[in-house]
Amino acid sequence: MPDLVPAAIKDRVDTDDDTPGGTRETVLMAVSIPIIVLVGFGLYAWWHATADLDSVETSALGWSGVWLAMWEHIKLTLVAAVLVVVVGLPLGIMLTRPGFKRAAPAVVGVANAGQSAPSIGLIVLLAMWLGSGFWTAIWALGLYALLPVLRNVIVGLQGVEPTLVEAGRGLGLSNFDVLRRIELPLALPVIMSGIRTALVLLVGTAALATFINGGGLGGIISAGINLYRYSVMVSGAVLVALLALLIEWLGRVLELLTRPKGI
Amino acid sequence: MDATNSTTHDSSPESGGGAEISGAEIRLENITKRYPGQKSAAVDGLNLTIPAGEIVMFVGPSGCGKTTSLKMINRLIEPTSGTIHIGNDDISQQSADELRRHVGYVIQGGSLFPHMTVARNIAIVPKLLGWDSDRVSKRVDELLDMVNLDPSRYRDRYPRELSGGQQQRVGVARGLAADPPVVLMDEPFGAVDPITRQRLQDELLSIQRTLRKTIVCVTHDIDEAIKLGDRILILQEGAQVAQYDTPENVLASPSNEFVSDFVGSGSSLKQLSLARVSELDIRQATTGRIGEPAKEAMDRARSAGDDSLVIVDDRDRPTAWVWLRQVKGDTLHEGDRESLHTLDNRATLNDALDTMLTSTHGGAVVTGDNDRYLGVVDFTAVVEHMSVMQTAAQERQEAEVPAESNPEDDHDPDAPMDDRESSDA
Repeated sequence: MPDLVPAAIKDRVDTDDDTPGGTRETVLMAVSIPIIVLVGFGLYAWWHATADLDSVETSALGWSGVWLAMWEHIKLTLVAAVLVVVVGLPLGIMLTRPGFKRAAPAVVGVANAGQSAPSIGLIVLLAMWLGSGFWTAIWALGLYALLPVLRNVIVGLQGVEPTLVEAGRGLGLSNFDVLRRIELPLALPVIMSGIRTALVLLVGTAALATFINGGGLGGIISAGINLYRYSVMVSGAVLVALLALLIEWLGRVLELLTRPKGI
Repeated sequence: MDATNSTTHDSSPESGGGAEISGAEIRLENITKRYPGQKSAAVDGLNLTIPAGEIVMFVGPSGCGKTTSLKMINRLIEPTSGTIHIGNDDISQQSADELRRHVGYVIQGGSLFPHMTVARNIAIVPKLLGWDSDRVSKRVDELLDMVNLDPSRYRDRYPRELSGGQQQRVGVARGLAADPPVVLMDEPFGAVDPITRQRLQDELLSIQRTLRKTIVCVTHDIDEAIKLGDRILILQEGAQVAQYDTPENVLASPSNEFVSDFVGSGSSLKQLSLARVSELDIRQATTGRIGEPAKEAMDRARSAGDDSLVIVDDRDRPTAWVWLRQVKGDTLHEGDRESLHTLDNRATLNDALDTMLTSTHGGAVVTGDNDRYLGVVDFTAVVEHMSVMQTAAQERQEAEVPAESNPEDDHDPDAPMDDRESSDA
């Protein structure tokens, strides 16, 4: 970076409160989303308590059932997310090391295919092969959400300035130390945003798990369709949307908390 | 091409202070680096001895192999053939990581790790060497002080909160952290503005005066090479040695056309880079200390015939240079320390002219070790010194006419060329 401003002048520039734009957006989201979710959920609870529901609706929207579906949905999302990180992070690291660099396009291509296949098709095909149930849903969701994590791990690590890596090596850090102490921390913001993208994808796609007996809030929506109860269907959709916002919020907060100071 | 023989018997130029040499000799023997798929070798049979405690500058056009040669010394690049010794150790016999922890490395722009504070950046190598945290933090403060950054103010900052020059200072501190005998520098001051660069160069020279490390420094700037180098290695393509000699000899008698082209025209102007401020007539201006009654200081100045006053702090470091009519208040104030551009007494006359041009006093405040005030110099002093140099050079040239017929010969290492070194104040 050419530096034409004399140090004496630059010294006086106070850079302490200089927050990059991306961080500012994240802070805003982190504050506003819980408010939106709380208000939305409050409105739903108020409607649920005051609306004139018939017996079918009452049983479909009973709180115990809703909580169970919600819990299943969260479980689907988080278990798949953990699986995706556990697979995607080491795979991404490996694909940026000298020996395996050349395999990166092929692997990213496969992951790309996984994501561009329609998610409902992926779920059904896997169910035909593995049988239905929670774990099949997890496999399908994991395949679907691997790409953003894998891609961001690779892009994040490739984005670390080569001079910094060489500086680390030149100072006598081992390859592993350079990865652990320099490359990963510097790539972390990009990696975390991949994880957040994966989380948001997962929470939406998990609504399809119900078709292979995987559970989740999708069950309420499909019940609404099957029973011709518009209110049940919309309730399920609203709950999925609120949960998705909450997961997005979780991702933003994680991003904020893990962002290394100084970058 | 074989530069070893001409220099091994050479005594190192005396660097004034007489501090003990803490550096180690580096010997490159028949070093070749060939990249797969390339016709010609990047470095082809380089032989070189870098004497302990000296600064050797690698210069040459881009692609001449100077950076490759440098990086082979800490094995960031492995030579295809040949051996390198640091002191008595063949570096290929130790682990590369272990070697690098004992060879300082300073990179353009500092290359600080942005997610680590200044202190953590500097502490990397000492921590790798297993120093305890007390010793590490003491060392960090010591180093920050050495590169003129106030430890309490900068220790916990992140690199992006520093200016380019400050980042580079931290980079130098990081390279020196574990007190390595050998320090490698890759275009260390290439990314800062000219004024900052000059300051950083002066600081490096002043640090080197006390440390006497072996410093190998790559630059593409011949002026920087002349200023910093005890010796200059000028490389042609394939890291062929065009000339390896003191700056004085490179300027006075370039070994071939390539060197004279590279050194460039106006080599009498370049002589300005050889002469140091310490050789000038340094005038004693009236000084006043911060907090002293203004009237006393002004009376002192008037009786000495001065119309200005240099204000120094309690460690004798100049903080401002003010006209008497600018003095306000009952006591002397620190003034604007940042806008005072001081000259180290090791700065070149080139730097001196630069600094004077930006000063309203038509002169500059000269400082010595630890930024201590020494005096002031002005244009007249520089001009007078230049005319003295001119006459001396002419006389020398006339005296050397017979010898000039054989310019390819090795230069007599005992020739009295080191005049820039000998008059350290």
